[in-house]
Amino acid sequence: MTAAVAAPDLERRVPPLGGFSPTFLKLEIRRLLRNRRTLVFTLVMPPLFFLLFGGLSDAYQHDTVGRGNVSAYLMISFAVYGSMLANTAAGASVAVERAQGWSRQLRLTPLNPLAYMVTKVLTAMVLGAISVGIVYAVGAVSGAVQLPTWAWVVSGLVAWLCAIVFAAFGLFIGYLVPSENVMQLLGPALALLALMGGIFVPLDQLSDTLQDLARFTPAYGVGALARAALTEDGATVGAVVNVVVWTVLFAAGAIWRFRRDTARV
Amino acid sequence: MTQTQQGAPPVRTTPPAVELRGLTKRFGAVTAVDGLDLTVQPGEIVAFLGPNGAGKTSTIDMVLGLSRPDGGTAEVFGRAPRTAVAQGLVTAVMQSGGLLKDLTVGETVELTAALFAHTRPVAEVLDRAGLTDVAGRRVGKCSGGQQQRLRFAMALLPEPELIILDEPTTGMDVEGRREFWSAIRADAERGRTVVFATHYLDEADAYADRIVLVSGGKVVADGTAAEIKALSAGRQVSATWPGVGPADAAGLYNVAGVEDVELRGDTVLARTRDSDVLARHLLTATPAHDLQITSRGLEDAFLALTGQPSTTGETR
Repeated sequence: MTAAVAAPDLERRVPPLGGFSPTFLKLEIRRLLRNRRTLVFTLVMPPLFFLLFGGLSDAYQHDTVGRGNVSAYLMISFAVYGSMLANTAAGASVAVERAQGWSRQLRLTPLNPLAYMVTKVLTAMVLGAISVGIVYAVGAVSGAVQLPTWAWVVSGLVAWLCAIVFAAFGLFIGYLVPSENVMQLLGPALALLALMGGIFVPLDQLSDTLQDLARFTPAYGVGALARAALTEDGATVGAVVNVVVWTVLFAAGAIWRFRRDTARV
Repeated sequence: MTQTQQGAPPVRTTPPAVELRGLTKRFGAVTAVDGLDLTVQPGEIVAFLGPNGAGKTSTIDMVLGLSRPDGGTAEVFGRAPRTAVAQGLVTAVMQSGGLLKDLTVGETVELTAALFAHTRPVAEVLDRAGLTDVAGRRVGKCSGGQQQRLRFAMALLPEPELIILDEPTTGMDVEGRREFWSAIRADAERGRTVVFATHYLDEADAYADRIVLVSGGKVVADGTAAEIKALSAGRQVSATWPGVGPADAAGLYNVAGVEDVELRGDTVLARTRDSDVLARHLLTATPAHDLQITSRGLEDAFLALTGQPSTTGETR
């Protein structure tokens, strides 16, 4: 080490990409997978619901829907549900981090807030992929699902990618509510959104008024688009607009709250 | 070793570690920091001393770029605070919080290290902070002292030239405080600049080269501990003087060094810069006896300068 008082070394580098780091991403994913409640919510409940809602029942295996059967409909729906939960949970984890003062601590590092948000979204996407993967694995192993191979792939990718709307939703809520128990609030809210998104029951079983209303709720677009490969008629302009508009709205909300947060912290 | 600058640095003037000019921060109608000026040179250990609500934390937040000044400027080594933070030139140990309970100690340091362009090796930092044995433990299960050492370890990772400590020993026991400060001092001997906020007078007295006393968002005194103490005028001399009158008391103002005299019945209380001269005078030229000479400490200076009521109950 240097002896006595050395001249300060002021010529220092700033990390590239705003401090974005694979190590940070790895540890974020590890944290989520270590959280028992998150695991149950996002990785156990969706496939369990698929089974409980009759995914393997004889009747559903023989009822045809579009290019497959009702079991396929349920599998896609609960994959979307899992993806929703995973994305929301990962996004909303900023609430816990703000409550514990971690966000403030991170502001004492070179980490750019944008790099932080990107890391959160990527973490959400990884957890969402695992969640979709598990539901589809259960569906495949059960042998109950009838669906063309390309439709497995397309519906799975759509269920995974379009759930980004819920990563934005989670971030927004995470910056809005400074609470460690934010997921207890979001669990019921997500169940309601899933219902309105035609996840638990097909929308045509709801009243006309509710059906009209449902088209404007955030889970509608991702649900309809994910099922489009099965139902042949889900990929409407309305569904695409729904996903885009809600993603933009939630992202704008998250950025707005985030700005206020960093101005104050 | 990690990468360092090659060769000897060229001769150049180093900008101040901290330079605050007219720094102002308002929260609604409250002015927390009120045109504060302060320059800290590299290598100094400065205590930022003041009562609660003096504006210490608000000032530190602006030095770290955590909040924006409403007026004035804050620079760290001649650059904007956020730039200094991004370059790892300045880090801080905050009072509480700032740790994720569900990460392990080792993961916390690993994560923090990953965010900087240049850091000491994680294993070395854990070892230096005495955290190697608990590296696998969840932060939430660590003791308060271990958590504070972890915060310290995180702050040392990028080898900052300036480290800021906000009430760092709050909640530590005496032993913990002593260990913490010996670690800080050892570190400062290598030339690191240390600024710490505290409301413990003894800490400021024992560990700082320089004390900056803040009150009402302004610097009210700035100097070594001895200089600050001297500001509240040396010592107090009291004596019993049977039948002393106002004229006798007024006469004491002629004694060199006396600044203030007060009568309480047969007791004379005088504040003086030179207690020897006054004591000699009282014992030789007056009937006064039972002399008591008390030193006015940092606490008196603190109370006098921050405008808080004195605990000695003296009236003027």
